[in-house]
Amino acid sequence: MAEQLPILMLLSPFLFAFTVSLTGLVNSRWCYPLTLVAVTLSLFASAGLLGQVLEHPDHRVHYHLGGWPPPFGIAYVIDPLNAVVLVLVAVVALITAVYSKDHVPRDTPGKEPQFYTLYLLLLTGLLGMTVTGDAFNLYVFLEISSLTSYALIAIGPPRAALSTFNYIIMGTIGASFILLGIGYLYLKTGSLNMADMHRIIGGFGPEGSKTIRIGFILIMIGVWIKMALFPLHRWLPNAYTFAPTSSGCLIAPLMTKVSVYVMIRFMFTVFYPEVIFASPENGDIVLWLAVIGILVGSFYALAKIKLKKMLAYLILAEVGYMVGGAWQGNETGLTGAVFHLLSDGLMTLCLFLVAGIFLHKRQSPNISAMRGAFSRMPFTMAGFTVAALSMIGVPPTCGFFSKWYLISGGIEAGRWSFVVALLISSLVNAILFFKIIEQAFFDRPFETDNHRETTIDEAPPSMLFPLLITAALILLLGIFSSKVVAFISIFITSTGGS
Amino acid sequence: MLEFIIAYFNYWIYIVLMMIGLYAMISKRNMIKKLIGMSIFQTAIMLFYVSIGVKKDATIPILEHGHGEAASHGTELAEQVTHAATATVNAADYANPLPHVLMLTAIVVGVATLGVALAVVQKVHGYYGTIEENEIQERVRL
Repeated sequence: MAEQLPILMLLSPFLFAFTVSLTGLVNSRWCYPLTLVAVTLSLFASAGLLGQVLEHPDHRVHYHLGGWPPPFGIAYVIDPLNAVVLVLVAVVALITAVYSKDHVPRDTPGKEPQFYTLYLLLLTGLLGMTVTGDAFNLYVFLEISSLTSYALIAIGPPRAALSTFNYIIMGTIGASFILLGIGYLYLKTGSLNMADMHRIIGGFGPEGSKTIRIGFILIMIGVWIKMALFPLHRWLPNAYTFAPTSSGCLIAPLMTKVSVYVMIRFMFTVFYPEVIFASPENGDIVLWLAVIGILVGSFYALAKIKLKKMLAYLILAEVGYMVGGAWQGNETGLTGAVFHLLSDGLMTLCLFLVAGIFLHKRQSPNISAMRGAFSRMPFTMAGFTVAALSMIGVPPTCGFFSKWYLISGGIEAGRWSFVVALLISSLVNAILFFKIIEQAFFDRPFETDNHRETTIDEAPPSMLFPLLITAALILLLGIFSSKVVAFISIFITSTGGS
Repeated sequence: MLEFIIAYFNYWIYIVLMMIGLYAMISKRNMIKKLIGMSIFQTAIMLFYVSIGVKKDATIPILEHGHGEAASHGTELAEQVTHAATATVNAADYANPLPHVLMLTAIVVGVATLGVALAVVQKVHGYYGTIEENEIQERVRL
């Protein structure tokens, strides 16, 4: 049982997806509890895997699909890096699943079975991308997650369908580039297993081969399109803004983060950091893209009046943080990037949950809907404040620690442009969020019914509890950051990231 | 130069096809034309994969007298089968089947993407009444 956990983790959402779509034909009320069961099983399996990785002497768990040994069969490899990403994916999926109870019937009436089927398939795709140790298998799971996320966004209002079309075009170009890159690597190495590829690429020496370098560049361009790194970001803000609330809460924190994970996996597990960072110009180009991405995302966010659109532009800035951290070429920067991957997943989730609550309670997507919210919805605003402080980088929250590692990595590498961009972006975040918090605290409430100004009008518990748990997780991740970083650094030292 | 082009004929075609697809996806205003470009783009990559499996003077990757025939031909052939299985197989005589198998998956993915995209276009058309992007842009701004 315990050695079958990697496949059970994938199969539980996958098989329940069919169960949900079949029971949906009979009675759509069963879809929600069945989804909860599937995601909870998946979370238990991923937590069990994390425990196995912790206990294992090499901190590495191998699973051979169908008993075929690699490089011929597909292998799932779990090391400290993807163990934590798996838990993050499962936690975010469970929180969003609980949260979706009132949103799904309201946003997509009559389509609950379809919504939850796609939801579970998207979870399968994301977990599969994270767990797999086979390059082509990764492409297949990437396409599963992309296709389901297109459908989950397009299920919303007509404006969402329009932005989904751009997402499909860009996403397909990105996935095709990844496929082409894997083809080039296969051409030269004759293998699709990541560990095997790593071994064979090492045989070409520090000079490397031109084919492999082209393959690497193609894969990187593909994942940058998928994670919306500047200047390949145009599809993201509209797609995330107009998505139905529950879809947005699942897709916005996870799709970009898992793409960042894929980038780190290809850079450090398939390729050799010594080769990538052999000439400093390689890192310089990517770092400038990240810097421009951070600044563009932050300043565009300042100008937005829709809450979700503002958050979508902040995601662009956060992607810049992680790419910049990973491409600094030192261990501190990479630690920052991986830790930021976790903390940003939780922060983005928390902010999107709040945006969904305000859309539900006040029927308005604008930031002005939050005026005077502290007196009416104190718990919701408490959750929002925790996430906002974390985005700014205030000490007890996890956002502070990830920024700390990113900035000290930048100083270590002497990349001052990146350090300055991070500080400017933190300042912009402070302006953005304190403006909202001030309005929510001092201004008159949104509604005109002044006679019951002091009554508390909170969100329903199915929305409030997920939000409070997410806020608590942000604080816990910050408080226990040293333990998490110690665990991640097992991966980082094993790559020999110089 | 001409020899260089002829020697890598498949690869030139794949690059040209890919650029045609990319051009259509970027510059065309009609959504269906964009999707046609997307399909050309994906097909170009399939051509690349199929090309890398090819070897000179190689045959289809099926072992003659491999297992599976024994059941219908009786025990005489069974000996031959065991003989064929134990005989050394020269990999250079057979085309590489793996890239072709991978492309079966990629074809399925391509069909699924096209299906989702067409459904989305239908939804856009149902609401905006057009599939020309510049006309939709004008309506969104209003």
